[in-house]
Formats: sequence, structure tokens, C-alpha cells
Amino acid sequence: MTAGKVDPMKQFTIEPIAPLHIGSYDVSFTNSSLWMLIALALIFGFMALGLKRELVPGRWQVAVEGLTGFIDNMVKVNIGPEGEKFIPFIFSLFAFILVSNLLGLLPLGIIPGMHAFTTTSQFSLTGVLAVTSFSIVILVGLWRHGLRFFSLFVPHGTPLPMIPLIAPIEFISFMVRPFSLGLRLFVAMIAGHILMEVFGSFIVSGGHAGPMGWGIGALSFLFIVFVVGLELLMAVIQAYVFALLTTLYLSDAVNLH
Amino acid sequence: MPQISQLSAVFASQLFWLALVFGLIFFGIGRGMLPKVRSTIGARESKIADDLEKARAARAKADETEAAWRARMDEARVEAARIAHEAKQESARNTERRVNEALVKIDAKVESARVRIWTSVQAARAEMEVVAAEAAQQMVEQLTGMKIDKNDAANAVTAELRALAPAMRREHRAEDAARAKQPLASTVR
Repeated sequence: MTAGKVDPMKQFTIEPIAPLHIGSYDVSFTNSSLWMLIALALIFGFMALGLKRELVPGRWQVAVEGLTGFIDNMVKVNIGPEGEKFIPFIFSLFAFILVSNLLGLLPLGIIPGMHAFTTTSQFSLTGVLAVTSFSIVILVGLWRHGLRFFSLFVPHGTPLPMIPLIAPIEFISFMVRPFSLGLRLFVAMIAGHILMEVFGSFIVSGGHAGPMGWGIGALSFLFIVFVVGLELLMAVIQAYVFALLTTLYLSDAVNLH
Repeated sequence: MPQISQLSAVFASQLFWLALVFGLIFFGIGRGMLPKVRSTIGARESKIADDLEKARAARAKADETEAAWRARMDEARVEAARIAHEAKQESARNTERRVNEALVKIDAKVESARVRIWTSVQAARAEMEVVAAEAAQQMVEQLTGMKIDKNDAANAVTAELRALAPAMRREHRAEDAARAKQPLASTVR
């Protein structure tokens, strides 16, 4: 990367930190792995603060109970009392995605040689999470309803002649779910980060381009402030959407229409 | 786009570390710590519900006690009113009885006084007849110079007085009747 020429995609590069092989597979410890572990440590630390189990909670305990209560509520409203056993999974999804999204927005770039890495901007990661959710939905559906689970493709009250038409559409919309889950998160993250990087590069380039360039740089700076705010919002919303959609799909599988 | 160009190179590593991290989050935090937090919330909620229930029960009991106390107070009030009424009646009866006793005594006294008066009147009348007979004897002797037998004079006076007696007696009776008409209280007084 030469001065004044910024590659907005470089931030998504996975760089190995420590090589590691299991059999013929390369499972090197990378910057992506590092940030996943940081997310794990943060979630663990946060939850540990809420484990004092006091009758009258302290402020950290209130925060942790607020988060768990939020997931509890979402699952109970959308799935019902049977959703109880899915709460750990939904909670893990929400916490991991939320913390990963927010970690990616840390302004670590101001320290030379460091930059934050957004694990959720890798579709190798969001895709695996989405497929995991989707597999759990299918397994739960088959476990609870057997082959009757496939009546999901025929919405209740469909007229008989419409079934051959409706069923394929429903099937496609069902199969699209993992892609919509994984791609939505991945695209939302990558788009915001590219936008920030591009406007950042405008500021740098504008600095070399005389008074006109300075104007553009100032505008870009204002815009970048706005985009960062938007991205913070997006980080929370995308985590919420992922957890909510998984909950709704599970609700389909549990309650079948 | 590194996500695509690097995919085949890093996918195994991504999968491995994601499985490790997400597994730790799911089993360690989701299934290990989360239930503890949730059970704390549950325990708190049940404690609050419990305390509310207890408070409600205590209030119901207090209400009950108050109602019982009120009922006892009402009972006591009624009892007190009854006792007061009885005492009043009893004392009224006593007063009446004593008044009646007094009346009887007074009547007896009045009766004996009347009898005494009557006997005195009779004695006085007898004496008066003797005196009148003597007086009549002397008057006749001085006026006519006739000497009248003492017995004749006495007979004549007696006959005269007999003729007068009904009128006198009538007067006495009228007096008695007027006295009887006066109210009891004034008689007692």
C-alpha cells in the first residue's frame, strides 16, 4: 500500500499469526481467530460480572440481567414456553455477533501497526453460523414433527389446486433462509467498513490536493462521523436481526404454523 | 475481495476457531453461566411474588382481626346499653316500691290521725252535749224560773243536735273528698 492509495479491501485480509496444523488441515491462529478469542473473553468477563447472584443486583448484574432478559423475552414471545431450551443457543448467537460487530468498530487504526478486524465481515464465519442455525431448525423440526415438518411448505388453508404452485415457492423461500441469514450480516458489515475506509482515504488524498481537496476532506470527515454512528446502530441491529430470525425459524419448526 | 480469494486457504482455520470459540460460548456461557443468571432472576421474582403474597395474607389477617374487634365492640356496646337500661328500670322499680311503701305508711298515719280526730270530735261532742244541756237548764231556769230535770234537758239537746248532724257531716265529707283529689306527690310531700 503506497501513500495516498488505500485499498479498502485490505482490512478484510486474514493474516496468520501462528501456524498450526491438524493433520492435513491448516488451522493456523490468525488475526480472525485472535478477535474471536477477544470476543469470547469479553463475553465471559461481562457474564462473570453478572454472576454475583445477589437478591438486590449491582449495576453490572443489572446490565447482564438486562441482556439475558432481553433474549428471554424475545424467545418466549416468538416461540412460547417451549422456547426455553433454545435460549442458550440464541443468547450465544446474539452475544457473539454483537460483540464481534462492535469490536470491528474499535478505532484501533490510530495506533500504528494495529487495526481492528471484524470477524463477522467474513462470510466463511457468518455462513457457518447461518448453516448451524438452519441445521438446528431442520433437526428440531424433524425431531418434533417427523415428516410432517415438510407440511411447512404448504401454508395452512392453501386451496388444493394452488399446492403445486405454492409448495416450490415455499421450499425456495425456506432454502434461502441460511443465505439471507449469513449474507445479510456479512454484507451489512462489509459495506459499512468499506464506506468508512473509502471516506477515510478521501481525507488522506484530499490532504495532498490543495484547498479544494481540504474541503472534500472536511466533508468526508463529517460524513465518516455520521457513518460510524450508523455502523454502531447497524452492529446492534444486525446481531438482533440474526437472533430474531433464528428465533422465528425455530418457532416455525417448533410450532409448525 | 480477500473473503473470496482467501476462502480456500483460511476456511479450515476459520471453521476450527469458530467452532472452538462458539462452542466455548455456547457450552461455557450459554449453558454454564446463563442459567445461573436466569435462575437468579427467577429466584428474585419468586421472592417478590412470595413477599407480596405474604403481605396480602397479613393484610387479610389484619382486616379479619379488625372486623372481629369491631364485632366485639358492637357486642359490648349493646351489652352495656342493655345493662344500663336494666339498671335504670331496676332503680325506677325500687323508687316506685319505696314510694308505695312510704305511701302506705303515710296512709296508715293519716288514717290513725283521722281516727284520733274522730274520737276527739266524738268526745268533744259528748262533752258539748253535757255542757249544752246544763246551759239549756240554766237558761230555762233564768228565763222562766222553771226547774227542768237534768235528763229532760239532755234529751232535748241530743234531739236538737241529731237534727243538725246530717248537715255537719256533709261538710266534713266535702273536705275529705277535696283532699283525696290532690295528686299523690303533693300528699307525700
